[in-house]
Amino acid sequence: MSKPSSKSAKAAFYDVDGTLVKTNIVHAYGYYAMNRGSLWGIAGRTLSAIASIPVFAALDAVDRKIFNEFFYRYYAGLSEDRLLTLAEEMFEDLVKPAIFPKARDLIEEARRSGCRIIFVTGALDFTVRPLVEYLEADDLIANKMQYVGGIATGKVIPPIIEGANKANAIRDYCIREGLALDKSHAYSDSGSDYAMLAVVGRPTAVNPDIRLRALARAYQWPILDLR
Amino acid sequence: MRSLKTLRKLYDEESHLVITEKGSPPRVLFSGEDFLLEDLPIGSRVIYPRAPLEGVPNLKATIRYALNHPQGMEPLHALLRPGMKVTVALDDISLPLPPMRVPDVRQSILEIVLELLADSGVDDVHLIVANSLHRRMTEAELKRMVGERIFKGFYPDRYYNHDAEDPEGIVELEHTSNGEMVAINRRAAESDLIIYVNINLVPMDGGHKSVGTGLTNYQSLRAHHNPTTIRQSESYMEPARSALHRSTERIGRAIDKHLKVFHIETAINNRMFDGQLAFLGKKEEDYTEFDRLKLQGMRYTLSKMPRAAKRKLFMSIPAPYDVIGVHAGATEPTHEKTLELCWKQYVVPVDGQADIVIYGVPYISPYNVNSILNPLLLQVMGLGYFFNLNRGVPLVKKGGVIILCHPAYDEFDPEHHPSYIEFFNRLLPETRDALVLEHKYEREFATNPSYVHLYRKGNAYHGAHPFYMWYWGENGRAHVGKVIVAGAENNHVPEMLGWERTDTLAEAIDVGRGFMGRSAQISLVHLPPILQTDVSI
Repeated sequence: MSKPSSKSAKAAFYDVDGTLVKTNIVHAYGYYAMNRGSLWGIAGRTLSAIASIPVFAALDAVDRKIFNEFFYRYYAGLSEDRLLTLAEEMFEDLVKPAIFPKARDLIEEARRSGCRIIFVTGALDFTVRPLVEYLEADDLIANKMQYVGGIATGKVIPPIIEGANKANAIRDYCIREGLALDKSHAYSDSGSDYAMLAVVGRPTAVNPDIRLRALARAYQWPILDLR
Repeated sequence: MRSLKTLRKLYDEESHLVITEKGSPPRVLFSGEDFLLEDLPIGSRVIYPRAPLEGVPNLKATIRYALNHPQGMEPLHALLRPGMKVTVALDDISLPLPPMRVPDVRQSILEIVLELLADSGVDDVHLIVANSLHRRMTEAELKRMVGERIFKGFYPDRYYNHDAEDPEGIVELEHTSNGEMVAINRRAAESDLIIYVNINLVPMDGGHKSVGTGLTNYQSLRAHHNPTTIRQSESYMEPARSALHRSTERIGRAIDKHLKVFHIETAINNRMFDGQLAFLGKKEEDYTEFDRLKLQGMRYTLSKMPRAAKRKLFMSIPAPYDVIGVHAGATEPTHEKTLELCWKQYVVPVDGQADIVIYGVPYISPYNVNSILNPLLLQVMGLGYFFNLNRGVPLVKKGGVIILCHPAYDEFDPEHHPSYIEFFNRLLPETRDALVLEHKYEREFATNPSYVHLYRKGNAYHGAHPFYMWYWGENGRAHVGKVIVAGAENNHVPEMLGWERTDTLAEAIDVGRGFMGRSAQISLVHLPPILQTDVSI
């Protein structure tokens, strides 16, 4: 058992996709980005995306991190302004209606108990930013797209936030910000976020998948349903 | 040769005590979801509840009479004005135990009160379950409590559970002279009249405790739901000797100063079993051959069933309680009348304390209706409720032994008791000291957003509730020398609670005698139904 921290400031870390919103923002944004712009552009991107479906499926099944990296390559060549505008449009059209009805309550309850609210997601930061503002979170830990001269390169600035890296990012964040990791909360829906949940002192499974449900039962973590 | 005194006790139907002798029948005890059939050493004292008092012949007429002839207040109809705002608060599913057969007495009262309100032009009526930090009642439970017609008319907008964690939903009225915060549900506080519908199962309930506890929040409860107050209460089942009640009275009087509260209190008898189970309310001496056959059949059937199925079966059997009195009006005079009835039903005079007291712990407690009696609830049943069912003098001697018959299974309901799981597995291995637990962890649990969320949106007890369960056992823990769980299926649950275990009751009695001496006086309290001992020394 680790020695309890003497720090009193704490945070609540929330996974986003499946935890706070129904939609998978990575996929939704991809769809959105591919379906905006000139007709030829759309056609080209759509055909190329369709051709890649088997690759996507295989990669997603094998490793979400590699999948995301591969997926983000499709943004290469789009301008930063364009990506930001699309993110805002997508938030209004797709994400806002997909926020779980009780998500805001959960965040409010954490805020009232003195937690700093932080979203942790494998999605790109600009795609989640409108949600961060809407739900009044204090900070965001997300992947960042690399830009050269205002144009996306399709590459993500390492370290990639996904799986076990989420736990590292949370630990680093707590050290940097002077927060007590053992008093902090983490919320996720997926067994793939086991590391993120295990690293904090107060993990909670939210709308858990089968694997996480089994883990939560075994470790006696609380299980919430925000749906 | 039996002494004349013993013979008189044996054949006196009014006697609530039996002294076991050679040839006495074995006693039937609850042990969770099973029954034990155990012989007690000769000379043991078995204490039985009183026979159920006769129910009122016409319940609706009794309710109407109470509303029209209230104690210390004008009749209800005289308090009503067209267009006024009324909140009706109701006791939650923790009362009575097990839940009573439909129609629940709350439904009978509401049917009369709501009609009266409608006839008086009062349309702004909300029904609020005064669940305090207890779990929210489910839709089905809410429907069962008030009946289909009222449920359809009011649920969900005007019939709902109190939410102690709604930041907008609580109003702070004042602080008492002792610094206790007085806070209650906003809707109730903003109403022109609060009508509180109570079921007084045990003398701990009702009176000032109804509104002041049922409709309040964690901050206000902290004033009296703490180990210090419990230590100062000789018995929290005896309001006059309970610091807990003195605190709730101060809070209640402050509420009565600010708000108009009309109490409708009901007392019920102790008829928990009837039909095929009626024999459970008898002395074993009075069992017929058919009763014995039924008992054996039931024990055999239960032995073949998985625990979850047994639990489901028991929870589906409602109790055939009869209402023995309804009183209404101002808080204190109404409650006085109700307490008189409670004592008339429950109090059993007992001569002298015992060295070893045995309790069979049933499958149900106020906090696990339709759920599991987990280790913390076993603790609160033994050292909290059973120990405190006295009028100021505990049945067990100081330093004596309590034997609880229960499997002490390590099972928790993650839906109803999520914070209990953490309390039991994380905190108890560190300390069993209630004061340390209170200072170090209570606030953390109470404000844990996951527990708050599960309380508000799910059906979980509040994060602070397992602490209250532990505090409730505080006096019992301080008083007894040893607690033995007879029939515990594991070592670790009794150990975590600071107890010992044995496989059988006979072994537990042997251990108890080893601790208290061979001539130790043994008493078995034949619960349920409920009884409250009045021990004279």
